[in-house]
Amino acid sequence: MKLHEYQSKRLFAVHNVPIPHGDVATTSQEARRIAEELGVPVVVKSQVLVGGRGKAGGVRLAHTPDEAEKVAGEILGLEIKGLPVRKVLLDEAADIQQEIYLGVVVDRTTRRPVMMASSEGGVEIEEVARTNPEAIKKVSIDPFLGLRGYQTLALAKGIGLAGEHFRAFDRVAHGLYEAFLACDASLAEINPLVVTGGGELLAVDGKMVLDDNGLFRHPDLAQMRDVDEETRAEREAREAGLSYVQLDGEIGCMVNGAGLAMATMDIIKHFGGAPANFLDIGGGAKAERVATALRLILADPNVKAVLFNIFGGITRCDEVARGVITAFEEVKPTVPLVARLVGTNETEGRAILDASGYHLITAMTLAEAAQKAVAAARGELEA
Amino acid sequence: MAILVDKNTRLLVQGITGHEGEFHSRQMIEYGTRVVAGVTPGKGGQWACDGTVPVFDTVAEAVAATEANTSVVYVPARFAADAILEAADGGIPLIVCITEGIPTLDMIRVRAYLDQKGARLVGPNCPGLLSPGETKVGIMPGHIATPGHVGVISRSGTLTYEVVYALTVRSIGQTTCVGIGGDPIIGTTFIDVLKMFEDDPLTEQVVLIGEIGGSDEERAARFIAERMTKPVTTLIAGRTAPPGKRMGHAGAIIEGGTGTAAEKIAAFEAVGVRVAEHPEQIPDLVC
Repeated sequence: MKLHEYQSKRLFAVHNVPIPHGDVATTSQEARRIAEELGVPVVVKSQVLVGGRGKAGGVRLAHTPDEAEKVAGEILGLEIKGLPVRKVLLDEAADIQQEIYLGVVVDRTTRRPVMMASSEGGVEIEEVARTNPEAIKKVSIDPFLGLRGYQTLALAKGIGLAGEHFRAFDRVAHGLYEAFLACDASLAEINPLVVTGGGELLAVDGKMVLDDNGLFRHPDLAQMRDVDEETRAEREAREAGLSYVQLDGEIGCMVNGAGLAMATMDIIKHFGGAPANFLDIGGGAKAERVATALRLILADPNVKAVLFNIFGGITRCDEVARGVITAFEEVKPTVPLVARLVGTNETEGRAILDASGYHLITAMTLAEAAQKAVAAARGELEA
Repeated sequence: MAILVDKNTRLLVQGITGHEGEFHSRQMIEYGTRVVAGVTPGKGGQWACDGTVPVFDTVAEAVAATEANTSVVYVPARFAADAILEAADGGIPLIVCITEGIPTLDMIRVRAYLDQKGARLVGPNCPGLLSPGETKVGIMPGHIATPGHVGVISRSGTLTYEVVYALTVRSIGQTTCVGIGGDPIIGTTFIDVLKMFEDDPLTEQVVLIGEIGGSDEERAARFIAERMTKPVTTLIAGRTAPPGKRMGHAGAIIEGGTGTAAEKIAAFEAVGVRVAEHPEQIPDLVC
């Protein structure tokens, strides 16, 4: 789960990372009031969960409360990479002398958190890794020892920070790491961390990605999820406990198991079609979940055919077949359906589908199922 | 001969009185696995699976009474990290964790601790292990597999079954099927299992099923090039997955432009490893 800039920075501040004074507005009038309270100039920053806000005109400076109101109104009308801007953060403009990058991320290779710093603040770290990898300094954090002072010193020295800032940098680095641990984050970054004219360090921009698996012990953080940033279908799926990702193809996919769901999408592409979604109905495949899944798939206007690919292991094919039939009673299928049921009780499962009176195109192998789904989506195959 | 689990496996089931634990314990017993003990805190002294398996409060008690040498963990995510640590502290050398949804930061500490103790973890978020004709530990359906000479390693569940079934239908049997799990931090990686299959005299070749996210497949490709004498066939799921979206498994995500299927396929092809286009091609490539 991604957090907004303002949410991330407030969490950093809880762990003693200095952030600019600021507040969030949803209307231009509110923005004006905040600018009056903060004092000008202020930076007006769109709060959307995508990168590249600056380039899209979503981050601007305002020198008067009037201008803050006008700029906020303009930014609140923007759409950035398909996401409408619903909130702006107004921050006191910082007196920036130097910009650096500081981040913590879970490194899958070393199986440890790694802290990274770079002298190229304000640039995405992936971009720096591509163009100037030497600029990035890293330290690997032992999960039992935690982040040590000598490690933050190595980072500060490594990115050429002046000695007078070492202690402040150490405090910020420890605060960031504490926030990372306390929130069960998979990524926490300050970009840029600036050195101000007054010689202070200030986290001007921040970002956090939380581990969804850790949210059960952070109900307060789970509530920070911005449901406006999900598609309706993705939200419904999440609430129903389904793994669903909307794509832009024409063949809806309903599969049990994440790996098999990906392999099913891939084979559709292999035979010349395009998947409309990733969807894992999980184990058990109860009728209610199948119905929700089918409703989500059919609500996508691009879908021209649906492919069911069920591998019965512990999940029995007859159970899934009953779920599918019940789902049909609730959600009338409007496009051709291709069903492949293999594994435990496959014969019984197919018999249930055949006896249902619904017209399903059946297939034995995955390749056959994918080819039939592609043909059906093109209108070349009747049920 | 099989790897990791075989006829000598004496299995302890952590969470045996839970819904999943009880159901799969019965399935394992039916397959022939020697389930010697169960653990559920507070239910010590009871019997599970129709009075056939003694239940203990702690792993230490279960090990002392039954000489269990392998553990399988079915307990819910919020207690699973603790269950794994308890098994390691109780002297169990091989721990298989089925549970999905354990926080990543917990797994970082668990894995670091297990490395110090010298215990091996398979998973979490995995279907477990199946040595056809000998034993199964986990949730893989036993009937889809048949004894033979192909070793199977996978990050996935049902996709593994699909591939194993496709092999079985063509009378290509397996030595052991190993589900290593779909999480970002796991106990046993592709390379660990490749080494075991390379050293296992009965395994003649290996099928490796990878997916998007991380770079374990790339490291496996280098290992195969440098160390493996046995042929390896691969399948990578997620060619059509978009970047930045978690595809079901916590570890199946393309981040910062890395972890794509294209990179992994290129890594395997560069070292001469056969890459199947889809699961049903695998038996043709293995034959």
